[in-house]
Amino acid sequence: MNLTLKIWRQPDAESAGAMHTYQLSDVSPDMSFLEMLDVLNEQLNDKGEDPIAFDSDCREGICGACGLMINGDAHGPEVTTTCQLHMRSFTDGETITIEPWRSDAFPVLKDLVVDRSAFDRIIQQGGFISVNTGSAPEAHSVPVPRDDAMRAFNVATCIGCGACVAACPNGSASLFMGAKITHLGELPQGQPERDSRVVNMVAQHDHEGFGGCTNIGACTAACPKEIPLDVISQLNKDLRTAIKHGH
Amino acid sequence: MKGARASRTTIALKLGMALSGIVFLGFVLAHMYGNLKAFAGHDAFNEYAEHLREIGEPMLPHEGLLWILRVGLIAALVVHVYCAVVLWRRAARARTTKYVVKKQTGATRASLLMRWGGLTILLFLVWHLLNFTIGKVNVQGGATNDPYNLLVDTFDVWWLTLIYIVAMLALGAHLHHGIWSAAQTLGWTGTAAKRQRAKTIGFVIALIVSVGFSLVPLGVLAGIITK
Repeated sequence: MNLTLKIWRQPDAESAGAMHTYQLSDVSPDMSFLEMLDVLNEQLNDKGEDPIAFDSDCREGICGACGLMINGDAHGPEVTTTCQLHMRSFTDGETITIEPWRSDAFPVLKDLVVDRSAFDRIIQQGGFISVNTGSAPEAHSVPVPRDDAMRAFNVATCIGCGACVAACPNGSASLFMGAKITHLGELPQGQPERDSRVVNMVAQHDHEGFGGCTNIGACTAACPKEIPLDVISQLNKDLRTAIKHGH
Repeated sequence: MKGARASRTTIALKLGMALSGIVFLGFVLAHMYGNLKAFAGHDAFNEYAEHLREIGEPMLPHEGLLWILRVGLIAALVVHVYCAVVLWRRAARARTTKYVVKKQTGATRASLLMRWGGLTILLFLVWHLLNFTIGKVNVQGGATNDPYNLLVDTFDVWWLTLIYIVAMLALGAHLHHGIWSAAQTLGWTGTAAKRQRAKTIGFVIALIVSVGFSLVPLGVLAGIITK
């Protein structure tokens, strides 16, 4: 495959960036998207140019490190992470535009790498349960209804990649927060901190500069883990309940 | 976060949008019902208009209930517009660098038009009140003190009818997304089935309202409603 790549280049957080065009030939359709960028970077290295910076870690779709805006879709045209996207999803001769996540809460550090520590700070506000560490308690001592366990588990698959923010026209992180709120709120261990969790996480979300949700649904369409939109309903319900409880 | 208050969050603003929106939904349904009285003829329509002013008498003064409702609607309008402006500004600040290429995968057109559509409805509202309530403008130069005749004179003019039809399309699109969005904001759509139901209800009500309102101007233009 021969491709024309339009890629955002930005030397560092302070400098202005711009789109650069690269030609890449002999790309195998079996390559992953990131392998294709690795090939491009080898060629740039050979020419003495600065390689394109992008995040990646596990390259098997479970860590949440990678994430690129590809032709206007977060993680590209398939429902998966960028590392699990393959070049067979594109056609020979295609022009592919690659941009970093665009959110003022995720500042660009270099080229396609953004700083997602805003998510970490949201998690620090309530994405946990407070228990004393020690020997693990007997798993069957706290029964959890199967449906609740399944829902908690399904939304716990959120890897915090930030695709929901990147895709959202409002730059909202509601799907991410909703996943965390639902994950912990469905389980008995999550109940004692349920009200303070939602209030603190949403307050931090707003403080970081993420936008408000307007229930468009672009987030869930972009989510590589297919987190459903009903977690945002749960998030709203939990916040409404917290208001009722005087928070 | 120290001192975090639930009522100071973006979600509280969304709740403000949803609750004030529900007030408007009740209003447009009642308003549409009243408008359809035009098909019952001159006297039935005017009698209905007059009755609105007499409800609650003698306990309430003339136009008493009408003014209570109007104050409620104005309050809802202030809340709806205020929350929308704050959320719009937040969204603008959340992404100051735009994408070169951005697809709106998963989004309906109605959901992307909420803000501009809302602004269209607000502009229409100003004209509509000047036309029928505050200013009572009769572009044909006829009498303005007879609600039914003012209605017929207005919609006999094709471009006025056009303004109303465009406004009703904007209202339909706004309700189509707004009703489901309000249900989601209020936390009523916790499962895929409930989400689908809310979307269906939103679409059906939007269709009823936009078609129901449009029937009267179109009825005048088609000569079904005449003086």
